[in-house]
Amino acid sequence: MALEKITQVSGTAVSVPGNDIDTDRIIPARFMKCITFDGLGEFMFYDVRKNEDGSNKEHPLNEQRFAGASILLSGNNFGCGSSREHAPQAIAKAGFSGVIAEGFAEIFFGNSTTLGLPLAVATKEDIQSIAAAVEADPTTVVTIDVENQRIRFGDQEVTCFIRESARDSLVEGKWDPIAELLEGDEQINATAKKLPYV
Amino acid sequence: MAKSLFEKVWNAHTVRTLSSGETQLFIGTHLIHEVTSPQAFGMLREMGLGVKFPDRTFATVDHIVPTNETVEPFSDALADAMIKELRKNCAESDITFFDLDSGKQGVVHIVGPEQGITQPGTTIACGDSHTSTHGAFGAIAFGVGTSQVRNILATQTMAMSKLMVRRINVNGQLSPGVYAKDVALHIIRMLGVNGGTGFAYEYGGEVFDSMTMEERMTVCNMSIEGGARCGYVNPDETTFAYLKGRPYSPEGEAWDAAVETWKSYASDTDCDYDDVVEINAADIAPTVTWGINPGQGISIDENIPSPDSVPEDQVAGIEEALEFMQFEGGAPIKGISIDVAFIGSCTNGRLSDFEEVAKHIEGRLVADGVQAIVVPGSQVVASIAEEKGLDKIFISAGFEWRAAGCSMCLAMNPDKLVGDQICASSSNRNFKGRQGSPTGRTLLMSPLMVAAAAITGKVSDVREVFGVSETASV
Repeated sequence: MALEKITQVSGTAVSVPGNDIDTDRIIPARFMKCITFDGLGEFMFYDVRKNEDGSNKEHPLNEQRFAGASILLSGNNFGCGSSREHAPQAIAKAGFSGVIAEGFAEIFFGNSTTLGLPLAVATKEDIQSIAAAVEADPTTVVTIDVENQRIRFGDQEVTCFIRESARDSLVEGKWDPIAELLEGDEQINATAKKLPYV
Repeated sequence: MAKSLFEKVWNAHTVRTLSSGETQLFIGTHLIHEVTSPQAFGMLREMGLGVKFPDRTFATVDHIVPTNETVEPFSDALADAMIKELRKNCAESDITFFDLDSGKQGVVHIVGPEQGITQPGTTIACGDSHTSTHGAFGAIAFGVGTSQVRNILATQTMAMSKLMVRRINVNGQLSPGVYAKDVALHIIRMLGVNGGTGFAYEYGGEVFDSMTMEERMTVCNMSIEGGARCGYVNPDETTFAYLKGRPYSPEGEAWDAAVETWKSYASDTDCDYDDVVEINAADIAPTVTWGINPGQGISIDENIPSPDSVPEDQVAGIEEALEFMQFEGGAPIKGISIDVAFIGSCTNGRLSDFEEVAKHIEGRLVADGVQAIVVPGSQVVASIAEEKGLDKIFISAGFEWRAAGCSMCLAMNPDKLVGDQICASSSNRNFKGRQGSPTGRTLLMSPLMVAAAAITGKVSDVREVFGVSETASV
């Protein structure tokens, strides 16, 4: 199963500021009544974007100048809470190809990487600089250079951090580990045999 | 070399190292439910893969189950379809399914332990972040996403990096009116909602030594709210006594052998931890959250923080929370009026939670204008509670006694807040919109604190409302 090698992702960006943005906020539970992930994109950040009557709130995600953005900027501990893969699925299906934040919650990080969605950790100051550049000119292209752990925007460049295991799996096209897990079949059986409760 | 339980269990379940450097980890017990598994089964079908260890996979329905209707088809067509999909997937793959008519259905993290499926020294995964609950038994239990559910169904393994271990000691004795839930909220308040990132939490000390299994489960359950992927307590006689005679527990000679094995997994007394935190039990008070994440908790006697009393980097977070909650910084939390009271969830939906509340509410009445609902965590919990007459105590006090499920913890069923209602809740998350209304407000607290709020109509101190003065059990 050949997967795409994700060495870098690029696009215009939009900022959803704040710390501890949880997966309930990214995709409210009521939209998880589904048996496929199709169609989740339109509900991404639904209650952040919409009033209860369905009209739009004032929010960067609703602004025409940020339409088509594919890089999301946010604060610390992004994706905390529920383990729902529906959250990164919604982000990806809404057209995003990467997230830059000050930090990510553990389960969300793993779920996103497995979907081939790179998550880059950057400092608060650098994220503010990127957000300022995007605010000044929404057509600014932001690139997450996964391989070299760099973020480029306009003529500027800053460092980011992507955990080594995630970076390698993205760059080498092994972000979905199923093929390799399956290859370990004999060793899986051997491990199972040693465990008295299995 | 001395090792922690985490390291011993991790090593015993390590299949090999993957090219990414992650470990291919064997998952001994896989628990599935209706929300995060249907897509995984769909992916398996697309890839032409089957379920490798169906006898190590157990299913139940919990998230979307209505708690006030029991006849299918349910009025919510989507919920009905999800239950039927899981039923079909389990039948096709020969997976044990604790279905609605089994008498054993319930919240997956309550069903596993009460059936004796959750055992020490094992690895457990489930597509639900509160899988950390099972760590109470000395298991390493992870919440996972749907792609990992697929991986585990297909291979009984997942790819994961090893965690560091933080030992959290709580020594001394808890004060009357202070419960396991308060211990959990206190720890998260101290260490932060992301303080546990990269760690497994090992809980120990006198308070944990003397806790019941149900209390240990409450604390382990909320490990993920502190950012820790899993949390556990070393297995001891309390653990073994709980497991003895459960449907899936070993019997006879196998029991004796299992207990020996389980004991061997406990952390060696002289093992090294990556971090150690000491907490004095006497510092923990009945705790209530005032904000929009579980770390935003204060003791019932404290005032809600105000933006001008915190470090600069916390100001924006506090302002956002105060705005959403419509609370005033610096005001007391005690006395805030509530609209709804919810007792239930994988955090506090076990028999002892209902027993403790029932003991105190007899002869009292829910305040006018408050809707109070009690949702047993499983059909087993419900039937034992009903045998003991607890349902009648709740009903005569004005609470609604419902059927088992996750209910208003995340409101995927019809139990939801309306508008900006305030809910005193024994659940685990106070995120914006968590309880079904985008503007609904959640205050997390122990079940008895919820009952106190239900009866007085406002956030109250259990010690005053119920005169809890004798030394309470933890």
